[in-house]
Amino acid sequence: MATILIPTPLRKFTENQSKLQVNAGTIQEALQDLASNFPDLKKHLFDENGKIRTFLNVFVEEDDIRDLQQGETQVAHDTVVSIIPAIAGGSI
Amino acid sequence: MIFIQLDACEKMLEDAQSTFPDECCGFLFGQEINGERHISEIMIVDNAKEGDKRRRFEITAKDYLRAERFSLKFQLELLGVYHSHPSHPAIPSEHDRVAALPFFSYVIVSIFEDHKIDVRSWRLNDERQFDPEAINAPPLEIQASNALTH
Repeated sequence: MATILIPTPLRKFTENQSKLQVNAGTIQEALQDLASNFPDLKKHLFDENGKIRTFLNVFVEEDDIRDLQQGETQVAHDTVVSIIPAIAGGSI
Repeated sequence: MIFIQLDACEKMLEDAQSTFPDECCGFLFGQEINGERHISEIMIVDNAKEGDKRRRFEITAKDYLRAERFSLKFQLELLGVYHSHPSHPAIPSEHDRVAALPFFSYVIVSIFEDHKIDVRSWRLNDERQFDPEAINAPPLEIQASNALTH
């Protein structure tokens, strides 16, 4: 089972757990598994089209999935996946 | 309600002043007790936005992970993010809202060329809209005047 690290602002949706195990072959499946176990988390992981939100970085070990195969990036039983919020904004 | 300790507040306002007219940014750490947030530390980070830093800020994934590690190391909660709005009010923009996360306090420092400062805090609600979060104003006013006389 792959391990997903949950960032502080999303832990209120995971019963305050910072580390969770998921059964998945890809990142997309891993996040969907997470969302099905914690439904309130879903809107913070996926946009209205079911794609991983733009303002969310997902890392497999040290690599951003945007540099790999995005949601189709494979995960193994010992893979550590980090969800890292993209912190951004501006005055206008 | 969010309380920001004086030294943390002073650092934040100095960052906003020294970075002006660009936007500054950083993280807020402390404790939440009975729903009240007490900020005792801040972490100043680089505005990594490529392009118009006067109107935009961005924090790298590396700096975000550094903030998470800092909170673990010092047993403080990562409670929010601050950034400045140079020459603009301390009101979140649509760009702020779209990128925002639940749980975090979003402290915005409005700073103008004439040194007028306003500091406000905002929290995302369940409809992904910002609600104002009460902030301890008197110490902020004191620190604003101190920061600007340095």
